[in-house]
Amino acid sequence: MSFRTSLGIASALAIAAASAGHAQELSGTVTIATVNNGDMIRMQGLTADFNAQYPDITLEWVTLEENVLRQRVTQDIATRGGQFDVMTIGTYEVPIWGENGWLVSLNDLPDEWDADDLLPAIRDGLTVDGELYAAPFYGESSMVMYRTDLMEAAGLDMPEAPTWDFIREAAAAMTDGDVYGICLRGKAGWGENMAFLTAMANSFGARWFDDDWNAQFDSEEWANTLNFYMDMMGEYGPPGAANNGFNENLSLFQQGRCGMWIDATVAASFVTNPNDSTVADQVGFALAPDNGLGKRGNWLWAWSLAVPAGSQQTDAAKAFIAWATSKEYTALVAENEGWANVPPGTRTSLYENPEYLEAASFAEMTLRSINSADPIQPTVDSVPYTGVQFVAIPEFAGFATEVGQEFANALAGQQSVEAALERAQALTTDAMESAGY
Amino acid sequence: MARAVTTQRKIINTTFAWMVGLLIFFPIMWTILTSFKTEATAIADPPVWFFFDWTLDNYRVVQERSDYSRFLWNSIIIAGGSTFMGLLIAIPAAWSMAFVPSKRTKDILLWMLSTKMLPAVGVLYPIYLIFIRFGLLDTRIGLTVVLMFINLPIMVWMLYTYFKEIPGEILEAARMDGAGLREEILYVLTPMALPGIASTVLLNVILAWNEAFWTLNLTAAKAAPLTAFIASYSSPEGLFYAKLSAASTMAIAPILILGWFSQKQLVRGLTFGAVK
Repeated sequence: MSFRTSLGIASALAIAAASAGHAQELSGTVTIATVNNGDMIRMQGLTADFNAQYPDITLEWVTLEENVLRQRVTQDIATRGGQFDVMTIGTYEVPIWGENGWLVSLNDLPDEWDADDLLPAIRDGLTVDGELYAAPFYGESSMVMYRTDLMEAAGLDMPEAPTWDFIREAAAAMTDGDVYGICLRGKAGWGENMAFLTAMANSFGARWFDDDWNAQFDSEEWANTLNFYMDMMGEYGPPGAANNGFNENLSLFQQGRCGMWIDATVAASFVTNPNDSTVADQVGFALAPDNGLGKRGNWLWAWSLAVPAGSQQTDAAKAFIAWATSKEYTALVAENEGWANVPPGTRTSLYENPEYLEAASFAEMTLRSINSADPIQPTVDSVPYTGVQFVAIPEFAGFATEVGQEFANALAGQQSVEAALERAQALTTDAMESAGY
Repeated sequence: MARAVTTQRKIINTTFAWMVGLLIFFPIMWTILTSFKTEATAIADPPVWFFFDWTLDNYRVVQERSDYSRFLWNSIIIAGGSTFMGLLIAIPAAWSMAFVPSKRTKDILLWMLSTKMLPAVGVLYPIYLIFIRFGLLDTRIGLTVVLMFINLPIMVWMLYTYFKEIPGEILEAARMDGAGLREEILYVLTPMALPGIASTVLLNVILAWNEAFWTLNLTAAKAAPLTAFIASYSSPEGLFYAKLSAASTMAIAPILILGWFSQKQLVRGLTFGAVK
């Protein structure tokens, strides 16, 4: 090899190395804790694109069941175990963990990541004192999914923004033999029946606590909420509803057994998928119901990616998060799997994309549902907490699951609504007193 | 003398045994059946039994998504390793308790067993912190040691029961012939107690293979065994029963096959010492 050729090769290499810039400096293994859902699994399949940009970063995936994930991640973060560099957490955990100093701020993600493009409601839910502690991967609210054919047969017309009274009337009209007018969550759990009932209670003017953190289950609003729910489910709901969570209702709806189902917006892509759903082309969408009090009964949730404070790979983890939650990633999914499969509910630009709006019939209603949720002021009367379908304090998951159990028992007919509310009031008061509120 | 058994009684007994057997086997059979269904058929109501379009699709998806062989290898190392390490401690311990008992032997045995009565979660945090301190989180060696300790009381108890059945005179005779402690345990006791040791080994491999609390809590990506592989197929939003069943079937298949082939040994070992 001549001197000139060597020089040429050397300088070409130098230019290549310099132009690759920052990307090549990052290296190491990033361990990502995640849940098993369609969007996350899809992301695992697309990591080749990330590795093309960051060849020296190895991604290790740990997929866990949701409750196990929550427990594992809390345990790891509280003990600074450092097992995970990126964790998938929700809007309930982010404000609490951010305040505890358990998460690394993501305010310094690159400009082209475009934080201003995030949907305001979602961004607010992940920000504490001006610091963004998690990047939303997909966001969801809840809405009414209904059978257009049954609605038509019943001679009714679903408004875009129905009231609870209309829902009840429609449930009565659609109930017929094997078809139940309404399917709602009944399975006990803070993320199951209590997510639905807390959001519903907001639209009835009820709240968990007053401004002094006194439990409010003895209020008339809660009695109205629960009585309405129990009566409607008792008359027009499926039998054994106290065991039904998201997946159980999803399967009932997909088999054509529900007239209406009020649940996560993410379900829209499942019930309209002809491979799994027998009613795929007969589903309509509407906003979650209200009672004319200014708040609708829909929630707000975002599965988000965050970096725990104990991570040794903060920069590589941030690089991964910036990739996974970017507009480019959305485009990558669209290119590989079609627009209907991109993770929804996080960015304004997605809802301005005509290709997406055409591919996803539920897109507009999803966006309107997300935008109508207000995590900062979730209730009609003022409250000292944030969170729509939860109260963003660490104790909530514990006592809300117990309250959920009481309500599930009432739905199963094991106790009256009054008794369930009384017990809910007592146990919430106890829990709050021992927590020092 | 054996009891005279009438044909009628035999039929009743056999039918009853089969019914109990099927009842116990039903969840496994249902899991295997579900693994060949589509997600929609898996949740069909009323349930579909045998007449559906059998598909291998779930197995294909599971194969594509997860590195089964890595989880399997971890399970083999952890279950085998913890059992082997346990034997090294349990055989001498059971020997001393069976053949040179002291006043407190019974108490020690009971105390050892009492550790099994503690809910595992009660010691999760101490163990987790120790693991962090020694860098054992998500390592096979850490998990092997924990599972060894967890199953140790059962191993000692089982071996103790088997050893008790062996007449001490035989060991004395060996000693008379000049056998040291090592030779006594290795060449006299062990061969005689082999059926007992074999069933102890099998039972502990099965227990360690199926252990889900510690394996899920102390591993992440590197040391995760098949229990973590199964757990990763449960989904909060979306249908997952068919794929979860396929993953479960793949996870239990090796241990099911092992159990099948060693059935005779297992039953013999478990009933050994039951009749005096």
